[in-house]
Amino acid sequence: MGLDFSILAGYEGVLVQGAIWTVGLTVASIVLSLVIGTLMAVFRLSGMRIVRWPVSFVIWLFMGTPLLLQLYLIYFGLVQIGLDLNAFTAGVIALSLHFAVYDADIIRAGIVAVDKGQYEAARSLGLSHAQAMRKSIVPQALYNVAPALGNMMIALLKESSLVSVIGVMELTLSAQRAISDTFRPFEFYLAAAVIYYVLNLVLEQAVKAVERRSAKYR
Amino acid sequence: MDFALIAKVWTFFAAAAWVTLQISALAICLGLCLGFAAALASISRNVLLRFPARVYVSIFRGTPALIQLFLLYYGGPQIGLQLGPFEAGVIGLGINIGAYMTESIRGAILAVEKGQMEAARCLGLGHVQSMRNVILPQALRLMVRPLGVNAVALIKGSAIVSTISVVELTYTAHRYISSTYKPFEMFILASLFYLVIVSVVSFAVNRIDERVALES
Repeated sequence: MGLDFSILAGYEGVLVQGAIWTVGLTVASIVLSLVIGTLMAVFRLSGMRIVRWPVSFVIWLFMGTPLLLQLYLIYFGLVQIGLDLNAFTAGVIALSLHFAVYDADIIRAGIVAVDKGQYEAARSLGLSHAQAMRKSIVPQALYNVAPALGNMMIALLKESSLVSVIGVMELTLSAQRAISDTFRPFEFYLAAAVIYYVLNLVLEQAVKAVERRSAKYR
Repeated sequence: MDFALIAKVWTFFAAAAWVTLQISALAICLGLCLGFAAALASISRNVLLRFPARVYVSIFRGTPALIQLFLLYYGGPQIGLQLGPFEAGVIGLGINIGAYMTESIRGAILAVEKGQMEAARCLGLGHVQSMRNVILPQALRLMVRPLGVNAVALIKGSAIVSTISVVELTYTAHRYISSTYKPFEMFILASLFYLVIVSVVSFAVNRIDERVALES
């Protein structure tokens, strides 16, 4: 069986639709993972052991296990406790939690790396704790962590393909649907790979632009 | 928590963990070979070596490992490449991690101070000799940690071969989740095996890194 890329004609709509879902899935997961990751970082830096230890445990557990396994846990496990989520929601939760754990580690390191004198200086100028954090420490921390967080976002886009296994109609599953119609795996997976590659390039450029902007806080 | 169930099925998980270990070890070996070859090619002055290496890294880091695996396993027969699930898993994971390892190795070589190469050349060593006897021994020390990170990522990433029906840890967990409807128990059981493997590998990487690190 040779290759015949003309088979792709007629399925552009399916693939584009899938790509749109992949982008939506990725953007939603990136936003949520940054929020959860920041909270986890703050909890982990907290002086209270009762919040620090459980969060540290969850970070350790999620860092040591595969995303695919976590995806199965969240999709099938939340049903067991009575939360019947659709596949898209379960996918977003799994992706955000998985990456939040890594983001938390990065953000924590970024906050710790900001010189202590910066905080003291801000406070002595009359800023409150919250103001000092928001106006002095966090912007500087953001500069420290922008490249690492950017890498996580780029990884998230690629890992979002795993969500196809629980039935989210994103790019990978869309390609699979087209394949079950046509029995042409090579052409469609290659087409999906090309689309992922382009999305990846776009995201890379966006991340670089953010890095450049955050550099002014140095 | 259904401990009776865990006690009943854990041996199947242990057997599956062995498969995960095998597939990861083989893929890491393949990735290291590809990584070294591509890293040396990518810093070469010869564009015929440099360009293919850069393309390899860009393509395999720019697309999802899952798609690469599907392309190899399901698409392979269309171009005359018929592989079993295990072989496809090893090759797919190995080629993918090789691209990341290329960057780790390349980074380590470039991190060796430029003066070292200049000094070696001044002493009359050729480019290849300087590379082999001066630069690479120093770069090897620097690449232990990033390669260790790649290896740990691969072990966790090896879960995706469950989708092409390799009976490893995640496949086993998924099968028992579907048949017992006990996702938490099965997740925790599989997680324990992953955590043990990942912790042992991380520990080993740290020890090797401490051993080879230059004083200063």
